[in-house]
Order: sequence, then structure tokens, then C-alpha cells
Amino acid sequence: MTEFVLGHYAYWFIFVLLGLGFYGMVVKRNLVKKLIGMAIFQVAVIMFYVSSAVKTGATIPIADPALGTAETAKYINPLQHCLMLTAIVVGVATSGVAYALVITIWRRYKTLDEKELLERMKDDADPE
Amino acid sequence: MAALAPVLVSLAAAVLILASGRRPNLREGWTLAAAGAKFLFVLLLLPAALAGRPAEAVLLEISPGVRLALRADALGVAFALVSSGLWILTSVYSIGYMRGLKEPKQTRYFASFAVCLSAAVGVAFAANLLTFILFYEILTVATYPLVIHKQTPEAIRAGRKYLAYTLTAGVLLIAAAAVVFRATGSLDFAPGGMKGLAGAGPGTVKAVFYLFLAGVGVKAAVMPLHGWLPTAMIAPTPVSALLHAVAVVKAGVFGVLRVVGFVFGPRLMAEHGFDVILAAFAAATVLLASLLAFRQDNLKRRLAYSTIGHLSYIVLGAALLAPTAYAGAVMHMAFHATLKITLFFCAGAIYVNLRRENVSDLDGVGRAMPWTMAAFALGAVGLAGIPPLNGFVGKWYLGLGAAAAGRTAAVYLLVGSGLLNAGYLFPIVLRAFFKPGRGVEGRREASPLLVVPLLATAVLSLILGLWPDLGFKFFELARTAAASLAGGIP
Amino acid sequence: MPILNSSPALPVVLLLPTAIAIPIVALLRKRLAYILTVAVMAVVTVISALNMAKVLDGGPIHYWLGGWFPPIGIEYVLDRLSAFVILVVNAVAFLVLAHSRRLVDREIPDPGKHVPYYAVALLMLCGFNGILVTGDFFNLYVWLEICSLSLYGLVAVGSRKSAVAAFRYLIMGTVGACFYLLGLGFLFTVTGTLNMADLKAIFPQVAGQPTAVIGLVLMVVGFGLKMALFPLHGWLPDAYTQAPSSSSALIAPIGTKVAAYVLIRVLFFVFGVEYVRQAVPVTQVIGGLAAAGILFGSVMAMAQKELKRMLAYSSVAQIGYIGLGIGLANPLGFVGAVLHVMNHAVMKALLFLAAGHFRMKLGHSTVPEFDESVRRRMPWTTAAFAVGALSMVGLPPAVGFFSKWYLALGAVGRSNWVFLGVILLSSLLNAVYFFRVIERLYFVRGKTTAGSPEDAPAAVRAEAPWPMLVPVLILAAAIIGLGLLNAVVVKGILAAAVPPGMG
Repeated sequence: MTEFVLGHYAYWFIFVLLGLGFYGMVVKRNLVKKLIGMAIFQVAVIMFYVSSAVKTGATIPIADPALGTAETAKYINPLQHCLMLTAIVVGVATSGVAYALVITIWRRYKTLDEKELLERMKDDADPE
Repeated sequence: MAALAPVLVSLAAAVLILASGRRPNLREGWTLAAAGAKFLFVLLLLPAALAGRPAEAVLLEISPGVRLALRADALGVAFALVSSGLWILTSVYSIGYMRGLKEPKQTRYFASFAVCLSAAVGVAFAANLLTFILFYEILTVATYPLVIHKQTPEAIRAGRKYLAYTLTAGVLLIAAAAVVFRATGSLDFAPGGMKGLAGAGPGTVKAVFYLFLAGVGVKAAVMPLHGWLPTAMIAPTPVSALLHAVAVVKAGVFGVLRVVGFVFGPRLMAEHGFDVILAAFAAATVLLASLLAFRQDNLKRRLAYSTIGHLSYIVLGAALLAPTAYAGAVMHMAFHATLKITLFFCAGAIYVNLRRENVSDLDGVGRAMPWTMAAFALGAVGLAGIPPLNGFVGKWYLGLGAAAAGRTAAVYLLVGSGLLNAGYLFPIVLRAFFKPGRGVEGRREASPLLVVPLLATAVLSLILGLWPDLGFKFFELARTAAASLAGGIP
Repeated sequence: MPILNSSPALPVVLLLPTAIAIPIVALLRKRLAYILTVAVMAVVTVISALNMAKVLDGGPIHYWLGGWFPPIGIEYVLDRLSAFVILVVNAVAFLVLAHSRRLVDREIPDPGKHVPYYAVALLMLCGFNGILVTGDFFNLYVWLEICSLSLYGLVAVGSRKSAVAAFRYLIMGTVGACFYLLGLGFLFTVTGTLNMADLKAIFPQVAGQPTAVIGLVLMVVGFGLKMALFPLHGWLPDAYTQAPSSSSALIAPIGTKVAAYVLIRVLFFVFGVEYVRQAVPVTQVIGGLAAAGILFGSVMAMAQKELKRMLAYSSVAQIGYIGLGIGLANPLGFVGAVLHVMNHAVMKALLFLAAGHFRMKLGHSTVPEFDESVRRRMPWTTAAFAVGALSMVGLPPAVGFFSKWYLALGAVGRSNWVFLGVILLSSLLNAVYFFRVIERLYFVRGKTTAGSPEDAPAAVRAEAPWPMLVPVLILAAAIIGLGLLNAVVVKGILAAAVPPGMG
């Protein structure tokens, strides 16, 4: 049991991060804080993949002439890293769009607090 | 394709009517032409139906294993004849009525009427449940603009009630069809009952029965599902005529006849005791409706309750499971139509001419409008089941069938309700002719466009009473329809 | 022609560069953005139709990106199901985009945004096509995010409130995508592959492990969010309502359907019908939630006064039908669900476009303010709307009746009377709010029209211009035509697309 918990310490950490991120997105009222939560959430998923690529005693997945390329157990799995490069890019793009929206909301309503925002939006007709 | 023509001709007319909205005479011409053509097309199908080789039209598949199919059998032709024949007269009457009252939205009115008739004939000739449901639903939606015609808040409320009842019924029909399809693998109507249904479990069959009962029962105004009909009297009188005689409620009882004879079949009905349940509902409706009719002062509402009662004669006839009773039911479906439409035409003529709607205001009207009230008298006598009008013929066979099936209670019911009919209709005639009038001095008869149709239907009722088979062979049709169920009669 | 060998990839390959080229080309003439969009969508639709024909003739088509074979390489697969959905999506999108020019001009206040609008719309369609055709899970994620980001953009250019709606959609959509990615990660750790066919082959060996189950559940939650399956639908009402009418008309018929397609694909074709019904009863849960969603959506729609919001809640209910078909997990349920993908796409596109017409010509789409004068001014639009509404209620022979019919048959087949009751009850609830609109449009006297003769002078006529009317009328005709011909679609395409092991 302890081995299970200790051996998977990275994953427990990731779940904590997921929880934090989710908490931020749902509970926090400030839009930017929500986005920070979202970023944490995305990073947690990225780290999950990266953690799953690890092999004990293996080195980075760049061919080392000393080790040769025959035994794959000597290198950690590069696939997840490649996938996560894509995921990071997606995350960046999402953040870009998100912050553009935040700027638009700020320009229109002059507030980034969710509760304030809903108040000020009530005066607008739906939809006009 | 011959079976398809009557359905299509009024759909085509509907389009033409919509296109000629700016030229009323042309527009009305389309209606009359379509009505005449439709009636002729249906007449052409008559010999084949009587010979037991009904004309068929099988169209595209609309669900794997189910085609859009029409079959003009005896039962279907009987209904289609009534609808299309009476449409001609209703159209002439409508022209008189609408122009007499200078009603707005006439294009919408005539176009909807045409679509309704198309759907009614489609219901009549549907060869399977899915085709039946398709046309049944179209009928529902096409009648809505007619019910709501006046566009007053009252009319809109009536329209909503009508839709609530009829759409719910439609949905229950769909459920019934789905269960039947899964249980038997087919949706085709079969004389004497669908073979596969007998093999389905008792729970399934019971569920299907109740679903159908509610599904067709709404349009057939079986109590307690009748609520929409009196409220729908808010519509203009020709629409009421349509509802009561030409299409809508007749489609309901037609549905009952179809379901009892061609989905369940007499044997299955008797096996599960469904006939008793159906008969109970019908009998209760006959009694209650007749009694409630006494309490209505508004003439059209009184006639509405009268219709509810008479429709259940037909349902009762189907429930008795005897071939003579079934034939009587089919005949009454046709004959009640001619009688009731006469009464509604009269009610409408009185309204257009004298702006009177209530029975209590009808004193002395007979002196001002003798032809109208004479026709009304004929209709009343017919509905009470007194010979020589055709109302008697249907009741006679219903009675014969009831006696043959050993259900003497039904015979007493028929006689008793006949007396009740007389009770709520004859005083109207008596008031009109023998009481001094109030405010009717110097008034003359209504326009010929109104009076001629109502006299025509009254005379037709008399002629059909004397010679039920004349021209349209209703007697033969009824007998053929009933006989086609043979093989399943206990 | 050798280029046709790569036909599965062609839509994506055509749409992506065109999307990028549009802002550049539009520097010459602004109108070119619209023209190029419509042209490329026409080409893509034709290709989709040709692909459908090819698949019907010869069976599934495989295409390997870059020549790398699976499971290493990314594979694109066109089988009957995907070819069908691709054709529906592209055809409807083509009609909506062809229609869109005047709506975009009218509803998006900032003219500088008109050109990028088309570019983003094409990007979104590129994403959809990618999702529909891909056979690789991670490729799916990439396309999913491409179309999601474009969706957020399309929603955000609308009214004042649209940015907030888009923001909320972004948060929820990203959560959904992350759940999906996390689920994929779990599955990858136990199976070692990202290719759908490969995973299907390997999965039985690892099916019992908790990791696999968690992976499946996370994926389903992710798709559920994108699909707006109750109770994960929170982003939908605001997003559809606040987006400009042409965006709503573009995303409402298509967006959630693509997510539903992926759910069907992953559940039934990768994990297998047996597994998702018996071992991990995901389908039961989805079915139950869908039933709740149908009722919830219908009831909420009844309470709405504004047409677009009403249609948005109606969409939540309609997605429920597809979920119900998934929940039944039998051939008729499957057929009903996939047919409803097509039916709802056509119906909702029509309804949102009609709503767009109303907003353009009347300035509003608030139902209590409709009256007869609307019908007088815009008879064709109103008639088309009525056709769409009657189809949603389920009136035969319109197309909406038939998906309910097949779903009802499927429910009876499973003896699931609750589902049957929900399907039928929802028809009646739909009737309430749709007939309310029809009532107002046709039967409620306007203040100015009371007592006026029925032949309204032509000057009052203010119908939408014919380039806008034509797509709307085509959709209305399709509703009746596809309804009458539904057996062709079902027998020809769908019946053979039923996943193995079902029914």
C-alpha cells in the first residue's frame, strides 16, 4: 500500500494540481484568476503525460552514442513529450484567446469580477 | 394510382387556392372544381371496393419495411364518399356564409379546408398504421387554422385546447404503432385483425388497446376525451360542419372501426374483453352526452353534444363485434353525417340571417325562415331515429346486431337515446314554428347559397332513408366492410 | 485521378490553407472573403458527396498521413458513418455560409471583423472535418481544440454580452478538452497506442483495469461537455443566444453533433458495444442523463420569451435525443440517433436562419412581440419557420417525425417505457413552445392590422432578400424531402453502419 502511494507520488501531486486548477476555475470570481486556474489544470494534464513517460534509470530521449539505440529501455519514452509539445501550444493558443476575451470584457464592462459583471450585464438587453 | 388521385386533387387545389387569393371567384372555383373532381374519383373506386378488389396505390418506403400505401376498400370508400360528397355542399355553403358575414382570411380558410379533405381521404384509404398516422396528424394541423379562424382570444384558446387533445392523441397513436411494429413486424391493416398481434403477450396487447383507445378516442369524442369538441364550436359554422360531419370526428370513429376490425379483429377483442370495455365507454358517452345536450342553450353546443352521443353509437356498433352491428356502424357514420350537417347548416343560416345563436332566441324563427326550419325538422326526426329518414336505418342495423349478439341492454340504450334526441331537438322545431316570434317580423329566408345546401342534405337524408343503397351503395359498402372481417367473428 | 486517392484528407487540406489565405486575399477586395468561403465550401461539399458514393460502393477508405502506417502514423478513415456525418455537416455549413453575408454585415458592428469572421468560420469547419475523419485519438484532440478555439471566436463577435458568453464557453470547453486529454493519457498508459483501430484490438486485454475504466469515464465526460449533454450544458444557452445569428446558425446545427458523433464512434466502435453496456454501463448513464436533458431543455424552452434562447434550450433537448439513442445501444436506437444528427442539423439551421431574418427585418426576435404583421411582411420566412417548427414537433412527413419514430421503436425494443414516454412527452412540450410562436406569427392580430383587408398592399412586404431566402427555402424543402426519403438514408447508409456487436 505504502509502495503504491509513494511510488506514484507524481500522480498524487498531479491530482492535487487538478483539484487546485478546478477550484480556481469554479470558485474564484475574478476572471483572470479563473484563467490561472485553467492554466494550472492544463499544466497538470501535461505533467501527467510527461510523468507517464518516465522509466527508472533511463536518460533523455536523445540518441547517445555511448548507449546505442538498440535498447529502448535506456531512453524515456519521447512520444508523450512530443504530444505535450502540441498540448502546450494548444494551451498557449487557448490562453491567447482567453485573454483577448478578458480584454474585450474589460473594455465593455470595466470589471473583471464575475458578480459585478453579472450585475452590469443585467442592464443590457438580451440579446440586442 | 387511382387511389391516389382523390388525395392529391385537393392538395393541388390548396396550392392553387393560395395562389389566387386576390381573385375570390377564381379561388372559390378551384375549391368547387376540386370537390367535384374528388367526389368523382372516389365514386370511380366504388365498384372495385364492392367487388372485394380494392384499388391500391403503393408509394415510397417511409420506414424500412413500411411503405406509404393506400387501399380503397369498402370501409375506406364509405368514409371517403361521405367526406368528398359533403365537401361539395359545404363549399357552396361556405361561400354563402363567408361572403354573407364578410369574413376575413378567406384564402387561408379555403386552402386549409382543401388540405383537410386531402388528409381525410388519406386517412380513409391508409393501408397501414404509419400512413394512417401521417394523414391523421396532417388532419390535426390542417384543422387548426380553421378552428382558430376568428382569431379572437376565445378562438385562440379553443385552438390550443384542440391541439392539446389531438396532439396528445397523435403521440399515443405513435406509441401504439411502435409497439405493434415491434410485436408483429408489420403495420399493415388486415381484415379480421393483424395475425401477429394475437401472438403477442397479454400485457402488450392490453397496452396497445388502451393506447389506441385514447389515440383514436379523442377525435371520436369518446368521453372523457371529448372536451375539445364543444369548445371548438367557436369556429365558423361551416368549420363546425366540417368537424362534425365531413372529416374530423368521422376520422376518429373511422379510426375506431379500423382498429377494431383491422388491427385487433373480433376474436382478439372478445378474447381480452376489450369489446366490453369499449362498449362501456361508448354507452356511457351516449347517455351522458344526450343528457348534457339538454342543458346547452347555445344551439351549436347542443348539436356538439348530440354529435358526441351519435359518434358513440358508431363506437358501440364496433364494440358489439357482430357483423350486422358493424355494418350499422358504418352506415351510421355516413348517415349521421348528412343529418348533422343539415342541422349545422341551419344553425349557420340562422346566425347569418338573424344573428341568433341560442335556442331560447329561436321562437318564431320558423315563420321567417320556413325552408331552413323545415330542413331542421327533417334532421331532428332523422337523428331521433324515426323512419323514413336515414338515421333510422343505421340504428335499425345497430339494434339488430345488438340483439344478435345478445346484448339487449344496447337495444334499450339505442331506443332510449333516440327519445332523448327527440327531447332536445324537437322543442326547437316546435318553438320555431308555433311560438310567437320576437323581432323576426318581415325577415326573409337566408341566401340561396345557404339554403340550397341544407335542403339538399335534408332531402338526401330522406332519400337515403327510403333507399339506402341509392347511388352510393352505402348499404352494400357497409355489408362488404363487415363481411371482410369474417373469419374472426366468434 | 491520383488526388482522389487522398480524398479523406481533401476537405481538411482545402479548408486550412483557404482559412489562412482569406485575410490576405481580402486585402485586395473585401468581398473576396465571402466568395472564397462559399467557393471552398461548395468544393468540399461536392467532395464529401463523392466520398459518400465511394464508400457506399467500395467500403471504407483509409488514408495515411505522410505515408506512415498505423499504429505509428496518423490514419484517416472514411466509413459509412463518418462519410455520412461529414456530408451532412458540410452541406449544412455550405448553405449557412452562403446565406451569411448580409447577416454578418448587419449583426457584427465592427466592419474590421467581417473578413476574419469568414477565416475563423473556415478554421472551425476545418476542425470539424478533421474530427470527423480522423482515426487517431491525439489528432482528434488537436482538431477538437482548433474548432473549439474558432467556436469561441465566432461566439464572441456578437452583442455586448457575447464576450462573457464566449468566456464561459471557453472555460467549460477547455475543461472538457482537458478531461478528454487526461482520459486519453490514462488509456495510453495501459494500451500504449493512440490509433483507434489499434486501441480497439488491444483493449480487451486491459479492459478490467481501473485505469482503463477511468480513462473511458474521463473521455466520456469530456465529450459530454462538448456535446452539451445534460447537466454539462451550461455554456450552451448563453453562447447560442449571444452569438450573432449567422454564428448561431453555423454552430448550433453542427457543433454539438460532431461531439455526439465522436462519442458514438469512441463508445461503440472502439470500446465495443458489449463493454459500454455491460461491463461499464456508460450507455445507461448517458441515456438517463439524456432523458433528463430532454425534459429539462423542453421545460426551459417553454419559459423563454426570446426566440434564440428558446431555440438554444430546444437544442439541449434535441441533443438529448441523440444521447437517448446512444443510451439504448440497439440498432434502431443507433439509427435514430444518427438520423437525428442529420435531421436536427437541417431543422436547427433553418430555425436559426429564420430567427436571423426576423432580427434583421424587425430588429428583434422576442416572441411576445410577434404578431400577424410579421407574417404579412415576411411570408416566405414565416412559412419556412413554420415548416421547421412542425418538424421539431414531430409532424409527419417532416424529417423530425422519423428520428422520433426510430427512437421510439428502439425504446420499445428494449422495453424501456420510460424512454418511450420521454420521447413522446417531449413532442408535446415542443408543441407548446413552437405552436406559441406559430400562433403569434399567424393568428394574433397586430395593432396595425386589426380589421385591415386581407390583401395587404405590396409596400408592406419586407421579406428578406432572395440570396438569403434561397438557402432557407432549400432547407425547408429538405425537411420534407428528406422526411419522405428517410428510408433511403436509413437502409442505404445507416443500417449498414451499425457497429459490430449491436442488436
